[in-house]
Amino acid sequence: MRILVNGAWRETGGAELASVLAELGYDDAVVATAVNGEFVAAAARPATPIADGDRIEVLAPMQGG
Amino acid sequence: MLELYGTALRSRLLLGTARYPSPAVLSEAVRAARCEVVTVSLRREAGGERSGQGFWAIVRTLGVRVLPNTAGCHSVKEAVTTAHMAREVFGTHWIKLEVIGEDDTLQPDVFALVEAAGILSQEGFEVFPYTTEDLVVAERLLGAGCRVLMPWAAPIGSGRGLNNLFALRALRAHFAEVPLIIDAGLGVPSHAAQALELGFDAVLINTAVAQARDPVQMAAAFAQAVEAGYGARLAGPIEARDLAVPSTPIVGTAFRG
Repeated sequence: MRILVNGAWRETGGAELASVLAELGYDDAVVATAVNGEFVAAAARPATPIADGDRIEVLAPMQGG
Repeated sequence: MLELYGTALRSRLLLGTARYPSPAVLSEAVRAARCEVVTVSLRREAGGERSGQGFWAIVRTLGVRVLPNTAGCHSVKEAVTTAHMAREVFGTHWIKLEVIGEDDTLQPDVFALVEAAGILSQEGFEVFPYTTEDLVVAERLLGAGCRVLMPWAAPIGSGRGLNNLFALRALRAHFAEVPLIIDAGLGVPSHAAQALELGFDAVLINTAVAQARDPVQMAAAFAQAVEAGYGARLAGPIEARDLAVPSTPIVGTAFRG
């Protein structure tokens, strides 16, 4: 299925958020996630189903003012 | 001591972490500023990329408290979701709430800001709203649960200093007990000293330090200016007046009478 990850379309075989992140190479990275604009806590990723067309945001710490 | 949401701080200088020439210069500038709070943010990062992880590792070695922001958010929904994400990643209830309403000036959308501040305060966040100098907006933000306000001096990164002195003085006088941190628009240390002399509790500086020719030296200069301004405030500055008043006593002046 196709999902939108950080604004780019990707093919994924992952059924839930945790496996999608692993597939995309985030593994043990310190990131925060949202699906379709809703925050998904790290602990909830294994139980968060991903469907075709979902919009996923993966954010990492960054410099800020 | 400066107290922000129950946290006592010795330094009245908060530092942003963006736009430095290198991570090493950032680290040195934070040390030179002797600051205890730095602002950080969240951005998209591709899988396998590790720049954000590297940055976070550096910040953690600095021994400072982090204040995550919601920079770049243009709606209540974006800001609230970003705050949730920041709380998880950075492990803090503090959030510097920014909701941008206009892109050329990066002026806050104060209506959305008040709404987002209310939601986040209800959820247990300790909200530092980036706002204008407007008294009524300040009142609404306090009503929404904020216990610290961060009025702008001038547009972010503009270096113009305290643009609206009249309104900033009014804000300080009206909310005498609320910690007020001047955020955005300061360009040189004298601007920071002026803010503290006027009674503002602290300043947040980013571009003026990060983009200086020597960020580390500029960070040290801002630290001195903040201390000088705070000291002057405690010492009680004289009022400005229109006519001269001789400082040398005139009694006994030679050649008179």
